Amino acid sequence: MEHYINLAIRSLFIENLALAFFLGMCTFLAISKKIETAIGLGIAVIAVQSLTMPLNNLLFQYVLKPGALSWAGLPDTDLTFLGLILYIGVIAATVQILEMTLDKYVPALYNALGIFLPLITVNCAILGGTLFMVERDYTFAESCVYGVSSGGSWALAIALLAGVREKMKYSDVPPALQGLGITFISAGLLAFGFMAFSGIQI
Amino acid sequence: MSDINTKKILAEPIADNNPIILQVLGICSALAVTSKLETALIMCVGLTVVTAFSNLFYSLVRNFIPGSIRIIAQMTIAATLVILVDQTLKAVAYEASKPLSVFVGLILTNCIVMGRLEAYAQSNPPWPSFLDGLGNGLGYSAILVILATFRELFGSGKLMGVEILPLVTEGGWYTPNGLLLLPPSAFFLIGIIIWVVRTWKPQQQEKPMFSIQSGQPHPGGEAH
Repeated sequence: MEHYINLAIRSLFIENLALAFFLGMCTFLAISKKIETAIGLGIAVIAVQSLTMPLNNLLFQYVLKPGALSWAGLPDTDLTFLGLILYIGVIAATVQILEMTLDKYVPALYNALGIFLPLITVNCAILGGTLFMVERDYTFAESCVYGVSSGGSWALAIALLAGVREKMKYSDVPPALQGLGITFISAGLLAFGFMAFSGIQI
Repeated sequence: MSDINTKKILAEPIADNNPIILQVLGICSALAVTSKLETALIMCVGLTVVTAFSNLFYSLVRNFIPGSIRIIAQMTIAATLVILVDQTLKAVAYEASKPLSVFVGLILTNCIVMGRLEAYAQSNPPWPSFLDGLGNGLGYSAILVILATFRELFGSGKLMGVEILPLVTEGGWYTPNGLLLLPPSAFFLIGIIIWVVRTWKPQQQEKPMFSIQSGQPHPGGEAH
């Protein structure tokens, strides 16, 4: 149990997907002007991340890993090179299914997340999380924990940045730094803050 | 097609319409792989190849693909090219590809690739699309090389692993700026690059959301 809590804390704060690995930066910088939209997008990322991560983990453990096909009588097959195309396929399909399910059963949530869901397919945080999971060879249970907490880390970061940016509109920023430039610098300061967490072990 | 047009498509994304600093595309890898010039160069080559060829191939088939499934088609083309680049790197330069870790795979979700496919290759013939991909790849590379040169030279006193500024720890005179090797420094550097470019080309500046008024006296006086 401790192992999982440790993993969750580490991926939430120390290995924050947005601020330590710079994943999902495009949406991170583009859709952080308002706290509400940022939180909506964050929740969508958590949902997709915690669904796709275990799915991709099963795919990796039972189909793609070297020797993983031994249950089908093919102990020597190594399909890892097909990984990328299959993972992105799983992600795209999950997003599509999630969108349709939400539309049918939870229209209120669908309307809130609506525009963000398709964007998430090409969010590097999702594919990046999966690739980290493969690189570190997580087990199924670990991948479930990692999925939820890494999605959470991204949501936390974008909510924080949106908070900073909402306050920023009262500041007198030099014209050439207006918008994107000052956002980069404040994201850098946030990343500094998160570096204080490094080295924490439970 | 005239030469001027070719040149325009190629050169425009480098300064006037740079994918990183103006279109806000493909920032993830720009921040993560730039602590060493060598890894940054490998990343640039990989991304330029993928962007240029996925634009070319998608543009070739663009008229046969219904709009509703175009995202899947774009993804498949891009994913195939990324797998090719990834496998080639592992075969040819295994040691050099290690520090890139997951970032080669992430070229696939790099918004530059998808963004250019959707914005340009979707509606243009193959040759200009190829050039557009190449130009955007080069625009991305330009920023990456500037960042990586700065970070490696002043962060560890080396360029491409060759010592340029002798470090204090090895009997030289240069005290390395360790901050530049840390991830957040890339944010500051890109912020500064944006500042410089937008001062040089003021038409790229964004309008502030609210303008700050100077010295309008409050109707009720100072009493708050």
